[in-house]
Amino acid sequence: MNFEFSEEQAQMRTEARRFLEAKCPPKAVRAVLEGKAPFDRALWQGLAEMGFLGIAIPEEFGGLGAGYLELCVVAEELGRVIAPVPFSSSVFLATEFLLMAGSPAQKAAWLPKLAAGEAIGTFAFAEGTGTTTPRGIKTQASGGTLSGVKLPVADGDIADFAIVAARTGSGNDERAISLFIVDLNAAGVTRESVATIDPTRSHAKLTFNGAAAEPLGAAGEGWATIQAVYDRAAVLTAFEQVGGADRALEMARDYALERMAFGRPIGSFQAIKHMLADMYVSATLARSNSYYGAWALSTGAAELPEAAATARVSATQAFQHCAKNDIQVHGGMGFTWEFDCHLYYRRANLLALNLGSLSQWEDKLIDRLQTKNAA
Amino acid sequence: MNFDDTPQEAAFRATVRTWLDANAPKHLEAGLRSAGFGSAGVTSEDPMAAARAWQKKKYDAGYACLHWPKEYGGGGFSPIERVIWGQEEGPYAALGGLFTIGHGMCCPTLMAWASEDQKREMLPPAAAGEQVWCQLFSEPASGSDLAGLRTRAEPASDGSGDWIINGQKIWTSGAQHSDWGLLITRTDPNVAKHKGLTMFFLDMRSPGVEVRPIKQANGQSGFNEVYFTDVRIPDAQRLGAIGQGWEVSLTTLMNERLSIGSGMPTGFPELFDLACRLETPDGPAINDRNVRSKLATWAVRTSGLKYTGMRAISALSRGETPGPENSIGKLVAGATMQDIAAFALDLQGEAGILVDPEVTAANGRFQAMLLRSPATRIEGGSDEILRNIIAERVLGLPGDIRVDKTVPFNQIPTSGKR
Ligand SMILES: Cc1cc2nc3c(=O)[nH]c(=O)nc-3n(C[C@H](O)[C@H](O)[C@H](O)COP(=O)(O)OP(=O)(O)OC[C@H]3O[C@@H](n4cnc5c(N)ncnc54)[C@H](O)[C@@H]3O)c2cc1C
Ligand SMILES: Cc1cc2nc3c(=O)[nH]c(=O)nc-3n(C[C@H](O)[C@H](O)[C@H](O)COP(=O)(O)OP(=O)(O)OC[C@H]3O[C@@H](n4cnc5c(N)ncnc54)[C@H](O)[C@@H]3O)c2cc1C
Repeated sequence: MNFEFSEEQAQMRTEARRFLEAKCPPKAVRAVLEGKAPFDRALWQGLAEMGFLGIAIPEEFGGLGAGYLELCVVAEELGRVIAPVPFSSSVFLATEFLLMAGSPAQKAAWLPKLAAGEAIGTFAFAEGTGTTTPRGIKTQASGGTLSGVKLPVADGDIADFAIVAARTGSGNDERAISLFIVDLNAAGVTRESVATIDPTRSHAKLTFNGAAAEPLGAAGEGWATIQAVYDRAAVLTAFEQVGGADRALEMARDYALERMAFGRPIGSFQAIKHMLADMYVSATLARSNSYYGAWALSTGAAELPEAAATARVSATQAFQHCAKNDIQVHGGMGFTWEFDCHLYYRRANLLALNLGSLSQWEDKLIDRLQTKNAA
Repeated sequence: MNFDDTPQEAAFRATVRTWLDANAPKHLEAGLRSAGFGSAGVTSEDPMAAARAWQKKKYDAGYACLHWPKEYGGGGFSPIERVIWGQEEGPYAALGGLFTIGHGMCCPTLMAWASEDQKREMLPPAAAGEQVWCQLFSEPASGSDLAGLRTRAEPASDGSGDWIINGQKIWTSGAQHSDWGLLITRTDPNVAKHKGLTMFFLDMRSPGVEVRPIKQANGQSGFNEVYFTDVRIPDAQRLGAIGQGWEVSLTTLMNERLSIGSGMPTGFPELFDLACRLETPDGPAINDRNVRSKLATWAVRTSGLKYTGMRAISALSRGETPGPENSIGKLVAGATMQDIAAFALDLQGEAGILVDPEVTAANGRFQAMLLRSPATRIEGGSDEILRNIIAERVLGLPGDIRVDKTVPFNQIPTSGKR
């Protein structure tokens, strides 16, 4: 049994960390925060050159053809530095949708560009407030075009294309939903940037008005594909969250050692020590659960749905917990724009919703445990 | 990343499985699996006799204390083989409760500090389950603050070199069944508290030893008070140098956290099962959104512990020692179990107060869990002490500011009142 990353994967982590420390300091995140650009283009290009955008893309399509464990390692490092780039949209979602449901021609058209960073992809799913359900999807596709409004769409303002979930049937069940590839630069697409709790990751409202749409996968298979891709993305996002949680814990620990009050470092007060110990506990549980997800993802195990929901719930809780207490440990300083604490707090709460809310994933987890128990 | 056995591990697992299949006390399996929390689970025969019989059978086959050297009565197996054994032994491991403290804490301390002859004499009968050990550490005035203990050991006045023990221990689990005890004493009250301690092992049948069971909050009597009145111990039964007792005790406590921290139950599978079966006017309880959310949180804590354990096992198999990060096991499991028990009663409505296994849901196991779980958060290092350990040893935060470390023991204030 080996439940750790390999030497080579550890090596990749070191490379990724070194690269990101140089190319993605807090200053780079702040540039996007302050609205100087919707994302960090130089960093994105650098990630492409490192091969990180195509880790899981087969070599024949211009990727590295490495495994998901390698992608997990890089995801964690990106989470640590809260990288302001469309990695999750393009790599965890668009790429995975193409790999899972794309025709040979669609793969050949998009994957090499995604790997090279020449194209950014995203997934357009939600249509306003509330849990997204088959019944709630009003965007309608017919005759090779698509109309409707998607909000919010991560990176919708900067992506070149989107995988769009749209209605093709009349019913309210899962079979009514299909997937389409839409060129976001084409006619019939309007994009509007929207303000969110985390300005370091851009989001948009997409309005389709008879936009050209090419089917991705078979009609009526959309919902099932979304669930399968979301499980994969959940594991990868969990690593991003674990990276963020660890960093927030480190920041809090470092500050607690340095900040003096009542003649002693605040890290010598048990109230602070125990808060940090509890942060460590959540971060550790989340890491171990994410390893379980990584194992299931990389081996294609039948446990993936359960493992993904486990990793997702645990990592969401841990990042939210560590980020909020990071502010608490920093006292008044933690509530300033100048300190980085709020960047992690914002990201933790953004990632908690990006693939569907915590309560939705809790619900999925219990569903999956019920299925397992019944078997 | 994989959960696969190496070929050698697979072969070992197959051998063990075959042996267990032929030798395990199968007639006890159902009882052991459905046991209420904190109860022995053996009702058809004397539980102590069943425990000893199983231990002896394992010992004769070389499967007792797997990772101990063979010359001390162990199996001479690797740490990974020990883990595989544990996975295969399954419910029968619960029969070993009587020996946990001896095998997990006292004997490893002997292994590190006793003479070669003593190890060859004392350890095999412990491994075989013929002799039971207890841990005589805590006292009324020293639990978390173990080094504050007061039980005195003084040289006998007859020049024999023996030691004379006077004082009292408390919370000693299993003392009433024990043949031997690992005893920490104060030999010098005039030096700082950690410096004046000395460790011994003691024949529990020595004259002057009196064991008085304490009735626990849950009605059982697992622990005891142990009084010492002029108890004589030969100097040969001293472990480590005079004044080195604190250092010796750290061996025990380190092993305590390792053996306690791994594979602690949280009660989650039992709660999940209850929620699936319990009917409400809206269908099974598990259909309720609030129930699902709570179950999910406890599910990920339970699996988080399981996979943290897997990571520790991976470290073992690489030849590394799992570190203080393993303190999270009991910290998480104890609190989770207490919350789960209370919630399981809540699900049962007003009848959740009933304890009769015949009439309560799930054989009354959650009621038993509710009443036993407070102890888990105290024994073997309280939640607060474990958080201190994580904060200081894992995260590198400063130790508490102390007023008692450098002054002589007999000058430390003893009353909290003004
Ligand atoms: C929105 C806002 C408005 C404010 N307005 C005002 C104002 O109008 N006027 C004004 O004078 N001040 C104001 N303050 C300052 C506020 O009172 C301080 O931020 C607060 O007292 C904490 O002090 P600190 O920021 O220096 O944190 P620190 O004292 O450095 O505390 C850092 C962390 O250590 C913990 N800590 C510190 N000491 C101990 C201890 N002994 N035991 C356990 N934990 C400890 C704290 O709880 C905190 O988690 C404001 C702060 C905020 C956030
Ligand atoms: C079921 C059970 C079985 C046991 N079996 C044995 C046994 O076999 N042998 C044996 O020697 N002992 C045994 N113990 C004793 C156990 O080790 C002690 O109860 C434990 O160490 C706590 O000590 P205490 O009870 O004196 O509580 P105290 O140390 O008085 O603690 C009281 C409270 O104060 C808190 N506290 C104490 N110090 C600090 C600190 N520095 N910082 C923050 N909070 C603090 C504690 O966390 C606790 O909440 C057993 C206990 C139980 C409950």
